[in-house]
Amino acid sequence: MKKFLFPISLKIIILGILNALAIWSVIILIFDSHYWMGGILILGVVFINYIFLSEKAYPFRYMVPGLIFLVIMVIYPIFYTIYVSFTNYGTGHILNKEQAIEQFENQVYFPKDSVSYTFQAFKNDSGEIKIILFSPEEEAYLCENKKIIVKVDLSDPRFIDQDKDGIIDQFDNYKKLDKIQTIQRLNELQNLRFKKDEYIIKLTNLTEFKVCNKKYQFDSSLDRLLDLENGKVYHNIEGYFVSEDGERLTPGFRVKIGFQNFTKLIRSQQISGPFLRVFGWTFLWAFLSVITTFALGLTLAIILNDPYLRLRKIYRTLLIVPYSIPFFISCLIWRGFFNTEVGIVNRILNNFFQVIIPWLQDPIWAKVALVVVNLWLGFPYMMIITLGALQSIPSELGEAASIDGASRWQQFKNITFPLLLVSLAPLLIGSFAFNFNNFNVIYLVTQGRPAIPGAGTPAGATDILISYTYRLAFEGVRGNQWGLASAVSLIIFIIVAVISAIGFRYTRSLEEVSKNV
Amino acid sequence: MYRKHSFAGAFIRNLFVWIFIAFAIFPFIWIFSASINSSNTLLGQTIIPKNFTWSHYIEFFTNKQHPFGLWILNSIKVSGITAIFTVILAALGAYAFSRFRFKGRRTGLLSLLLVQMFPQMLAMVAIYLLLLNIGKYISWLGLNHHISLIMVYLGGAMGFNVWLMKGYFDTISYSLEESAMIDGATHFQSFIRIILPLARPILAVIFILQFIGTYSDFILASILLSSKENYTLAVGLRLFITGQYSTRWGAFAAASIIGAFPIMVIFLLLQNQLVSGLTRGGVKE
Repeated sequence: MKKFLFPISLKIIILGILNALAIWSVIILIFDSHYWMGGILILGVVFINYIFLSEKAYPFRYMVPGLIFLVIMVIYPIFYTIYVSFTNYGTGHILNKEQAIEQFENQVYFPKDSVSYTFQAFKNDSGEIKIILFSPEEEAYLCENKKIIVKVDLSDPRFIDQDKDGIIDQFDNYKKLDKIQTIQRLNELQNLRFKKDEYIIKLTNLTEFKVCNKKYQFDSSLDRLLDLENGKVYHNIEGYFVSEDGERLTPGFRVKIGFQNFTKLIRSQQISGPFLRVFGWTFLWAFLSVITTFALGLTLAIILNDPYLRLRKIYRTLLIVPYSIPFFISCLIWRGFFNTEVGIVNRILNNFFQVIIPWLQDPIWAKVALVVVNLWLGFPYMMIITLGALQSIPSELGEAASIDGASRWQQFKNITFPLLLVSLAPLLIGSFAFNFNNFNVIYLVTQGRPAIPGAGTPAGATDILISYTYRLAFEGVRGNQWGLASAVSLIIFIIVAVISAIGFRYTRSLEEVSKNV
Repeated sequence: MYRKHSFAGAFIRNLFVWIFIAFAIFPFIWIFSASINSSNTLLGQTIIPKNFTWSHYIEFFTNKQHPFGLWILNSIKVSGITAIFTVILAALGAYAFSRFRFKGRRTGLLSLLLVQMFPQMLAMVAIYLLLLNIGKYISWLGLNHHISLIMVYLGGAMGFNVWLMKGYFDTISYSLEESAMIDGATHFQSFIRIILPLARPILAVIFILQFIGTYSDFILASILLSSKENYTLAVGLRLFITGQYSTRWGAFAAASIIGAFPIMVIFLLLQNQLVSGLTRGGVKE
C-alpha cells in the first residue's frame, strides 16, 4: 500500500507547486495587462494538469518536460518574432503607451509667478525623509512625499531647537540634515512631490522648493496629450505624440505599424539598397559554401575510399581535425591569419609573390577569405558523409560497367556520382540551409565588414541575413531596431521553410521518414 | 572502380591527400607554435619558435582582467548542465514515442522534425526580449544569468535527439520490459531500470554532441551574457582578441589550445560513434 501511495502523492505535490507558481504568475501578468501571455499560461497549465491526471494521456507525461522548454524557448519566440516584426519596438520605442503616458504625466512646469519655499530636510533612522518648508510669509509646513502639506506651529514642543539658533534640530524621531548631507541626498529630494490644493511642490534648486503645475494631461477619449503650460495639442502618431507643427515628444512608445518594417526594407532608399545586397550575398554565400566544400570533400572521399590506399584511417583522422575544433576558435584563428598587416596568409603571399591583399578591407577579398575559411571548416563534413554514401553503392555496378569497357571516369560520371547525389541530396540541401544561416563564420571572421558606404542601417558587404539581423538588433549606431530585425528574421524563416520544403519534395525523405515511424 | 595503382598513381594520390592534410592541420600547428613563442605578435612568429616560453599558458590562469579560467569553467558548467538535461528530456520523449502507440504520435514526431528546421538563433530578438521581460519579475531567470541561458539551450533538447534515441530504443527488444512488467514494474520503472542502461551508448553520444554544440555556441551566449564574470569562453575569447591581433596573439593562441584541445581529443577518439550520430541529423549544429 505504501508503495502505491508514494508516487501518487509526489505527483500531486509537484503539480500543486506548479499550479501555485502558475497562478502567481498569471496574477502578475494580468495585473501588468499582459492578457495574452496570461491566457496562454493558463491554457498551458490546464493542459499539463490534464496530462498528469488523466490515464488516457499517459504517454504525454514523458514528453511534457521537453515540450515545456520547446514551447517557451522555440515555438513562443517564433510567434513573438512575427508579432515584433509588425511593431516599432526598439530604442526610442521601448515603453508601452501606458508607461509613456505615465512618464509624461509626471512631468511638471513652473508657472511665472509661482511661490518659492526655503526648506530644511530631516530624516529618521530608517532613512525616510521629511521636509519643513518655509513660505515667504514665514509660515512653516510639514511635508511628506506624495502627501498634502500640513501647516505646523514651530513653537509646538514637539519641535526641538537644542542650540537655540532658530533652526529646528529634531522632531519626533526625525533629525536635521546639515548642508552636506542635504546635497548628498539631492537625488532623493528631487523626486519628492508635495501637494497643495491642486498644485504640486517640488525642488527647483539647492535651496528652494517651488509650486509647479502638471505639464501634460492625457485625454483618452480623443487619444491625445495636452500641454497644460501652453495649450499645445499632441496627437498619437505612429508611436510618438506629435504636435501640429511637427514637434515630437520623447520617449516614444511601441505600437503596431503594420507592414512598415517590410516596406522599409524594400523601398526606403538608405535601407533597401544594402538590404538587397545582403540578401543576394546570402544566397551566393550558401551556394558557394556547399559547392566548394562538397567538391573537395567528394574528391578526398573518393581517394580515401580506395582500398589500395595505405594509411587510410590515419589520413581520415588527420583530415577531420578542422571539424573537431570548436567553431568559434577556428574562426577567430582564421581572422588572425587573414590580418592584412601581420597575418600569415599575407606573409606567405608577400614572400613568394610580393603581393599584399587587403583581405578584410576589400569587399571582394573579404568574401574570398570567407569562402576559404568555410572550405576549411566544412570539407571534413562533406568527406564524411560522402564516405558513408559510397559504402552503400554496390560495387557490382562498377564491375559490370568496367566489363563493358567503361573507363574509370565514365564509371564515376555515369554511375557513382548520380547515385551519390541521390543519397546525399537531402544532406546537401540541409547544408545549404545551414550555411544560409552560418552566423559564426561571417560574424567572427569579418563581422560583416567592410561596411557598405551610405547605408542607413549597419550593413556590411559580407553580412548575411542572420548577421544583419544581429547587428540591427544589438549593434546599431541608432540603437536597437528590434522591430526591423524581427522583420528580417521573418524573411529568413520564410526562406528556410521554402528550402526545407524543396528538400523534402525532391528527396521524398518525408515519406521515407513517415514509413519508418 | 578501384584497381591497384602504379607507383606514380599512388604517389600522386598520396601527395594530393597530404596537401590537404597540410591545409587541415596547418592552423592547429601554427597556433600551437604561437602559444609557446615568446613574442606576442603575429609578425615575429616562426613555425619553430625561436624563444620558447610557457608564459602564455601561465597568463591564461593569472590574467585578472581577462579571466580565461573562469570563462572555460562557465562554458563547461553551462554545456555540462545543458547536455545532462538534454539527455534526460530527449530520453523521456523518445521512450514515449518508441514504446507507446497513441493518437498524435506520427504528427508529433514529424512536427519535431519540422521545428528543428528553424534554428533557434533565428528568433534571437524574441528570446532576448522574452528574457528581458522575465527578468523584470524574476531577476535570476532574466538576462545575464547562466540558468536562463541553459533554459534557452534546452529549448533545442527535443528534435533530432528524440529521433536518434527513438531509433536506438526501437532496436531494444520488448521482451525484457514485458517480463519486468509481469513482475509488477511500472512503465517508468522499466524505463529507468531496463531501457536507460541498455541505451547507454546513444545517451553518451547525445551527451557529447550536445556538450560540444553548446560549448561552441557563440550567438545566443553573446546576446544573453553581458558581464565579464559570466562570459563563456566563446564570448570572452572574442572580446579578448578583437582588434588586438597584433598584440595579444600569443595569449590568444594559448587560450585557443586549452579551449579546443579537450574537445578535439574527445571528438577524434570517438569519431566513429559521433559521426554516425551527426550525419543522421543531417546538419552540423
